[in-house]
Amino acid sequence: MKKTALLIVCLCGGLLLSATADFPDWGYPSSPASTHLSNHYIEKSMEETNVPNLVTAVLADYRGFDTMFETAVVFCAGLACLLLLRNSNHKKDRFYRHVPTGVILRFNKNSTREPGGREFENMDAHWVPDDLIIMTVCRILIPFIQIYALYVVAHGDFSPGGGFQGGVIFGSSLILLAISYNLRTALKRTTEKVLGIFSAVGVLLYVGIGLLCMVLGGNFLDYGKLVKVLPVDPGHIRALGMLGVEIGVGITVMAVMVVIYVNLASKGQHDEGL
Amino acid sequence: MTPTNYPALLVLAPLVAAIVCSCASWLRKTLCYPIALVGLVVSFFSSTVLLSRIIATGEEITYYMAGWSPPFGIEYRIDLLNSVVLVAVTAIALINLLASHQEVLRDAEEKSGTFYAVYLLFITGLIGVVATGDLFNLYVLLEITSLTSYALIAMGDPDRSPMASLNYVFIGVIGASFYLLGVGYIYIMTGSLNMMDVATLLPPLHGSTAVLVAFLFCMIGVWIKMALFPMHTWLPNAYAYAPIAAARAIAPLMTKVMVYVMIRLMVTVFGYDYIFKALHLSSSVVWLAAIAIVAGGILALGQRDLKKMAAYIIVSEIGYMVGGAWLGNNTGMTGSILHIINDAIMTFALFLAMGNIAFRTKNLRFENLSGLFAKMPWSMAGFALAGLSIIGVPPTCGFFSKWYLVMGGLEAGAYHFVAALIFSSLVCAILFFRVFEICFFESAPGDAAAHDHQGHHHAEVAIEEAPVSSLISLGVVSLLVILVGVYSGTIVQTIIVPFLG
Amino acid sequence: MTDFFIVVMAKYNYWLYIILMMIGLYAMIAKNNLMKKLVGMNIFQTAIILFYISIGYKIDATIPIIENAHGGGHGAGPLVIHAADYINPLPHVLMLTAIVVSVATFGVAMALAIKVYQRYQTLEEDELRMHIREK
Repeated sequence: MKKTALLIVCLCGGLLLSATADFPDWGYPSSPASTHLSNHYIEKSMEETNVPNLVTAVLADYRGFDTMFETAVVFCAGLACLLLLRNSNHKKDRFYRHVPTGVILRFNKNSTREPGGREFENMDAHWVPDDLIIMTVCRILIPFIQIYALYVVAHGDFSPGGGFQGGVIFGSSLILLAISYNLRTALKRTTEKVLGIFSAVGVLLYVGIGLLCMVLGGNFLDYGKLVKVLPVDPGHIRALGMLGVEIGVGITVMAVMVVIYVNLASKGQHDEGL
Repeated sequence: MTPTNYPALLVLAPLVAAIVCSCASWLRKTLCYPIALVGLVVSFFSSTVLLSRIIATGEEITYYMAGWSPPFGIEYRIDLLNSVVLVAVTAIALINLLASHQEVLRDAEEKSGTFYAVYLLFITGLIGVVATGDLFNLYVLLEITSLTSYALIAMGDPDRSPMASLNYVFIGVIGASFYLLGVGYIYIMTGSLNMMDVATLLPPLHGSTAVLVAFLFCMIGVWIKMALFPMHTWLPNAYAYAPIAAARAIAPLMTKVMVYVMIRLMVTVFGYDYIFKALHLSSSVVWLAAIAIVAGGILALGQRDLKKMAAYIIVSEIGYMVGGAWLGNNTGMTGSILHIINDAIMTFALFLAMGNIAFRTKNLRFENLSGLFAKMPWSMAGFALAGLSIIGVPPTCGFFSKWYLVMGGLEAGAYHFVAALIFSSLVCAILFFRVFEICFFESAPGDAAAHDHQGHHHAEVAIEEAPVSSLISLGVVSLLVILVGVYSGTIVQTIIVPFLG
Repeated sequence: MTDFFIVVMAKYNYWLYIILMMIGLYAMIAKNNLMKKLVGMNIFQTAIILFYISIGYKIDATIPIIENAHGGGHGAGPLVIHAADYINPLPHVLMLTAIVVSVATFGVAMALAIKVYQRYQTLEEDELRMHIREK
């Protein structure tokens, strides 16, 4: 197997390398890639879309249709993880710890009783004593991380950022909660149902803005037609349309990141994590 | 909403239906199936409207997404080839949804909402791949199709399907990434991503190695994804162990849409001049296609399981289409395009019949198939019709596309290809008549119990057919097999010949 | 010798990324452990992303964000933008999509690997093939 792999790799590599003889040099400013489309994007996008970040302008406006399907890819990944792994009827032994004394109770997998009261906490099978420093620091940091994530989404028009980046940062703040405390705490904050609906709402927001543009008489995702419903001057309407679309992307990416983490870390049981 | 928005509606209807369906699966599960049905009906309606409009006016329909004209924005470009493949894809998706409801409810009750959402996203990806006019948009939609098919395939046999799907993941990623590399090389050399724009920018560059490598890598990527021999290793396991409701949609559609992509790249983006005059690859590719046809047939002979036999027949059929397209003459390309539609319908009919059989018997191994002609007469009739079409018996549709392929092969002097086609028909005849023989008799000859009940066996055979919805779907598709065959002359004259010019 | 050196200096970015791609492709095909194959898949896709991004570079150009765009220059007149001052934004846009696609594929592949492990308790491909054949 290794010999055929080596053969295939040498063949492909040789083909690819031989083609580089025809390429323009690295950084050559008059190469076809640097002059054909990108000149228009760089020079005209400020006056056509009023958004300084050229990458966001191309991503959310000129090639916004691609970005919609990219969001659909993220949504697919979340759905696929749910479809493959989610399995809520696997029975296991459960462990409860009496907090004041440190006594551990073990309930057989077939029993249905649970200890009541606030003194018993549900334990993971691989439990270690909670680290107070980590829990406190993370609890303080998480709101700031979330504000930063919202800043990245909102400033996608002016600085590096956008929906995907902000969504991932927001999702990672929730994953930080799951890692520093435990998975059940994170799932109590954002339940499975909320995550599922949020991931769908984000894509629906994106498609909804596009459909609104279509209903108002333009093509799909033609933000210029939104002036009929929003009281904004026509020069800025495209930037607002892009902002709405990026918010939709951020919501979906946030929810799907957490869904993928929760399903992979708990192998679909949603009872204990890493 | 003006009528010109049909191209966008075509791909948006299943997408919105998928999202609403997944929301509904968290809130109220019974709404999922009606929402999916509505989405696919709207999409099918849009595709038929587009086809009729294009045949009536004779010019292609372009739709600029976000209002920007290409090459700065993304465009959807629907012409004759697109629209007929779109009608086939949406029709098969809709009929499959109608036929699968009972099975999905029986096998995956609590996850049925998510299953329908993933299925709708798969169909969205396929529709987008066929309708788009932008090379990178094709990659994104291809990845949506691939991701959802990985998930759908892994829902089957719990012992074998995750590993089969994981193998498919690795090989599928290599294929899609090779296609992306090819597009990257095209972008470096021309600076554009729009298909029509690249077609105008490529002729001055015909001698460069980079364009040759771009073409090769795009082709190899697409061949990997359509399972052309020897890159077919993922297909038999993936399709055999997938749940039947998903395999019924993936098997007819996925590989045929990849054949469409290959034809689109050959005819529109790179052009006949480049492929057949500047490069001299066509004879080697026709040899490869002939080998693929023969290998698929021989490997199918050794199978003891109906699903795997059907999967290897698909491998063989892909060889027909690739060889037909690369023959270099219009007849061969006509045969290849006609075979996309015909093979999608035939394979769908075959898998529908197999799904009906699997609904009642445990699995589809040959040992369990005895006596089926008596127990399930309607499903076996559909199975027999699909088998006759694959063998190539007139007036079913399989005969007509094979006729064009044979004529094209004779015209181009590719006798090895014609010989492979005839060999494949014989092998398919052997395969299907072997199955008919097993199904015709009550039980294995050495079975003692059969001798005891010899006198009573007429009274004991009860008809245990599949549910009525599946039977109706099988009936509709069998009718289509015959209708498309009878009207194939019309199809060729009104759609394919004007497209090829 | 000097022309070879000049050619290498002009195109070494493409060569580096192609070599990285081939390392990833080799790992995907030849390695036995499923996790190593997944890592190889990630390396392969990342190398393609780097390849695209290197297409967009222009010498002495800055990032594609136009500075002082909104009310920056007081009375300086309309903003003049030279295309040669900013690198090409299009490959970055395309690769945002490719990164997301690669992460999504990796997530689905991990979910499948978890299912395989739950069933067979091993991730080595030869052992898995043996187990599956025995079934």
